[in-house]
Amino acid sequence: MNPALRLGSVALLVAAWLVGSHLVGSRLLPAPQTVALAIINEARSGALAFNLGVTLLRVAASFTIAMAFGTVIGLAMGRMPVIDRLADPWLVVLLNLPALVIIVLAYVWAGLTESAALIAVALNKLPIAIVTVREGARALDPSLDEMATVFRMSGWTRLRHVTMPQLAPYLAAATRSGLSLVWKIVLIVELLGRPNGVGFEIGVAFQLFDVTRILAYALTFVVVMLAIETFLVQPFERHVSRWRIRPA
Amino acid sequence: MSPAGESGQLELHIRHKSYRVASGGRLHVLGEISFSLANGEVAAVVGPSGCGKTTLLRIIVGLDRDFDGSVLLPAHGRLGIVFQEPRLLPWRTVEENVRLAAPQAGEATLSTLFATLGLSAHRRHYPGELSLGLARRVALARAFAFEPELLALDEPFVSLDAALVERLRAELIELISRRPTTTLLVTHSIEEAIGLADRVFLLSPSPARVIAEVPIERPRSPRSAAELAVIRDKLRVAAVSG
Ligand SMILES: Nc1ncnc2c1ncn2[C@@H]1O[C@H](COP(=O)(O)OP(=O)(O)O)[C@@H](O)[C@H]1O
Ligand SMILES: [Mg+2]
Repeated sequence: MNPALRLGSVALLVAAWLVGSHLVGSRLLPAPQTVALAIINEARSGALAFNLGVTLLRVAASFTIAMAFGTVIGLAMGRMPVIDRLADPWLVVLLNLPALVIIVLAYVWAGLTESAALIAVALNKLPIAIVTVREGARALDPSLDEMATVFRMSGWTRLRHVTMPQLAPYLAAATRSGLSLVWKIVLIVELLGRPNGVGFEIGVAFQLFDVTRILAYALTFVVVMLAIETFLVQPFERHVSRWRIRPA
Repeated sequence: MSPAGESGQLELHIRHKSYRVASGGRLHVLGEISFSLANGEVAAVVGPSGCGKTTLLRIIVGLDRDFDGSVLLPAHGRLGIVFQEPRLLPWRTVEENVRLAAPQAGEATLSTLFATLGLSAHRRHYPGELSLGLARRVALARAFAFEPELLALDEPFVSLDAALVERLRAELIELISRRPTTTLLVTHSIEEAIGLADRVFLLSPSPARVIAEVPIERPRSPRSAAELAVIRDKLRVAAVSG
């Protein structure tokens, strides 16, 4: 998209926010500069960096767990019809379980612990990762598989050079949708049962009816996630699809 | 697959091969096909399109084990194949495609191979950037770099223009003479077969069986039109009487 257009759109959003804050009052919607000041104060005290860091670690850990298991299970289900038939009902149940139910049950069964929190988030992301990777595994080209067999490629060579490149677009799709889902659920998990993190801070701010603080944390975190998407996920996608670009 | 004796590189006895088809019945593709290839021999199997040539090659290289008969290969023998479609990894460069199939191949081997096949300038290209003729050459390079005991070629020249076929044929002959390799070429073109092979097996239409076996004297050498006509006639007579 045109950068000028993008910038204009952001400016419009800030302007609307400013007008809105005048209309409904600063208690319900504090002005942008008030929120900016709050962000600076939280940053100075070190609380912002700490809570952002803790939340990011939880996002990274649960995302990694979900993607690792999702890839292995998705590949197995996509390639072996027996496993697909066995695991499909479980998958359907997991897909339709509300996030809140999984979180609450995890806390009830495993206590208000870090691992319960991570497992709850990973379980929410897992079924979607499985479904996406399974789709990719079903689309694997059997003729390349035969080629790898005839030339006696090792399991590792096959995985790295034959299978994974074919799965890459599916993994990228799972990563994109996964990151945005995971960070939202991490906030809920923190709100319900963790003593720190962005979700916890927002929970406290909610009890104090401190909208400024809610916005300060939420906006900073959105910016961080956007930066990850722009500077990590997108360059990675470009790297794995470089062979599609045909120089004239 | 079990070891063959000193006698040869390939002993093939197929009695029957059929495919299950969607309608529920079975399609009888191959009938009685038996032959053996000696070390370093270059043989060609010629048959009309759809007669089962690709099926035959898949059985020989072990990709299809659902058939009635036996395939004897040298113990631990390496089988190289050039598929009908090049089957390259689109996300790897020409050089990576070759190296992945033949990790043992040294730089010297590879650069000679690429030079012979006119691929030196294309090492860093991705398959999507190559013409069909070039992609076929990469598939050939890959099979040769693998240093197979037995090399199987499935219609390697199909849908290329005549001049390109002639060049590619010359390159293939050079490769085979440089590193003597038992070779089985499968094609629907008698011309291609007699231009390359020591021995030609003629297949009937589906269900395929061998209807004639014609040895070719002085293969892989330039021949006069008259000589070619004689060989063609011999094959035609063999086909009719078979
Ligand atoms: N996997 C398969 N299932 C069913 N029929 C097949 C299959 N593969 C090939 N056939 C059929 O078997 C016959 C021989 O095919 P093929 O070996 O590819 O012939 P050729 O290579 O000589 O052109 C054709 O009629 C083809 O449609
Ligand atoms: Mg064929």
